[in-house]
Amino acid sequence: MAAERAKAEPSTQIWNDPNAQPYIRIENVTKKFGDFVAVNNVSANIYRGELFALLGGSGCGKTTLLRMLAGFEQPTSGKIYIDGVDMADIPPYERPTNMMFQSYALFPHMTVEQNVAFGLNHDKTPPDQIKSRVDAILDMVQMRQFAHRKPHQLSGGQRQRVALARSLVKEPKLLLLDEPLGALDKKLREATQFEIMNIQDRLGITFIVVTHDQEEAMTLSTRIGVMNNGQIVQVGTPKEIYEYPNTKFVADFIGSVNLFEGNIVEDEPGHVLIESTEAGCPIYIDHGISAAPGAKVWVAVRPEKMKLDKTKPDDANNCAGGVVKGIAYMGNMSVYLIKLDSGKEVKVTMSNQRRAAEHAIDWDDRVYVTWHANSPVALLS
Amino acid sequence: MNKRLSWFVLLMLVLGFAFLYGPIVVLVSYSFNDNKLMTLWGGFSTRWYPILLQDEAVLTAAKNSFIIAAVSATFATVQGTMAGYVLARYRKFHGRVAFSGMVTAPLVMPEVITGLSLLLLFKQLDDVIGWPDRMGFTTVILAHITFSMSYVTVVMQSRFSVFDMSLEEAALDLGARPLKTFLLITLPIVAPAVVSGWLLAFTISLDDLVITLYTNGPGSGTLPQLIFSKVRRGVDPTINALATLIITLVASGVITSHILMTRSEKRRQRDIQLALQINK
Repeated sequence: MAAERAKAEPSTQIWNDPNAQPYIRIENVTKKFGDFVAVNNVSANIYRGELFALLGGSGCGKTTLLRMLAGFEQPTSGKIYIDGVDMADIPPYERPTNMMFQSYALFPHMTVEQNVAFGLNHDKTPPDQIKSRVDAILDMVQMRQFAHRKPHQLSGGQRQRVALARSLVKEPKLLLLDEPLGALDKKLREATQFEIMNIQDRLGITFIVVTHDQEEAMTLSTRIGVMNNGQIVQVGTPKEIYEYPNTKFVADFIGSVNLFEGNIVEDEPGHVLIESTEAGCPIYIDHGISAAPGAKVWVAVRPEKMKLDKTKPDDANNCAGGVVKGIAYMGNMSVYLIKLDSGKEVKVTMSNQRRAAEHAIDWDDRVYVTWHANSPVALLS
Repeated sequence: MNKRLSWFVLLMLVLGFAFLYGPIVVLVSYSFNDNKLMTLWGGFSTRWYPILLQDEAVLTAAKNSFIIAAVSATFATVQGTMAGYVLARYRKFHGRVAFSGMVTAPLVMPEVITGLSLLLLFKQLDDVIGWPDRMGFTTVILAHITFSMSYVTVVMQSRFSVFDMSLEEAALDLGARPLKTFLLITLPIVAPAVVSGWLLAFTISLDDLVITLYTNGPGSGTLPQLIFSKVRRGVDPTINALATLIITLVASGVITSHILMTRSEKRRQRDIQLALQINK
């Protein structure tokens, strides 16, 4: 979805412009808590107007990195620049950033209106302007009619909108969102995702979103930084991350994937041939990778890029025989669990185009799993 | 569920209440005793109350007690809040263990010892720097702050340790400086704990006899001191009347605060219900 957005607006792919100045520069930032390394030598460039997602499991350091951007934690080493200014000695209350907290952190003793106005009161904004700006932002998040309520008089979704309004009202250069949609149910989540994208388009604020939810990251962001063990392991557009993961971790973390261990037999600029006992067939990939012959690789193939056939195809490459061990019917598609002859289990998804296909594949059927030569990605680590 | 109380439970209930409130009932009823002798019932009378309220010594002592309790509770609350904040927030600093031990030591220290040590301290100070010259309000108030502060510290430390730090971070993030953040966010949110800390310090000070005996001088005698000396000279029913008044005051204070709390809690619950109904 986000990939389509980027395609529609090629100018937003600012990170590909060699002359563009990054808006936020994170340079070799490390954060240690005692002996524990929470963030390990992270560097990243984020550009103006981006909606950058930091994606990772719990304890991967994404929230610590966000807190360092907000100024609540100081890096043990390394530098953070926002708009060219070194943030080392700048306390949170002087940074051009605002944060939306995971817990929303609404002040319980203040009304919605007072919560939203709090930031403006400390900003030397003239009182008459405060009122109109608060009203405008509450209109935007559709919370104007609740202006005089206290946070405990609001539902979860409403609190979340107030928290968003409060972090937006100062029009920060950089907005930090910590698991912004974590506490919402699915419907509200989707609505809010689009609301955030709208706001971002309209106000042109740079967003950094921390999330553990890959779907949220894929939908919202212009680019994703996947984090693991305190490091950013890959940065790219949602499409790049999904289609061309650079490690087994990323391939496995984003979406679902089948991994075959193998060795390179032929590595030409135009193709690679990989021998894999796990797959039980030679794997042919139609683009080269630069690795030594004989090197150990993992071949990643997404379940939706695989096909099932009951009859054996002619091409011996990219074709693994097996038996259907399970079928999960999901409505629009079905997931098949296939036990290959090597003993390896793979997942294959097929869309249910017809209501009752004549050649329906059933439990314990003998099938052949095939995939196109441009589908797999060979990973060296 | 068994709706009828079993005789055992009922018996325990009666015995428990009798144990707790029996002495108080006796005390209150004898304050309406017409007989001058405490132990003999001589018919109903309220004559001790007017006598009590015309007793200059009682009124002065009551005034002294309230001044000492109010002033020492206020200082103890300020200091106890600061100490509680530091202990809850700063997990590591030099001398933290020592500080935490010292600040709560008066809780477990026998009052006789605390009182004696304060007396010796004031005497020494007087010899060396010529202050406090003589015992009185200043010394009693200082002594009361010393031990009631410990209670406030414990109350505030436990409040601050469950305080949601992200509220303060949010305020800082929105541009409020640390002091403003404390005054506008932290303090209003912990205000109920501050009030209960103050009330605790106030009652403890009002109630204290032992430490007061060591550190007080002429002219600033407190109510407990007066009662103590009166009892030694032989109890007369005005003491019962005085005690009844104090009990009434304390009880009405407790009941009022309880009613206020339940009412605000009920309102909160209703608001939450309302919010849930409206926001679908």
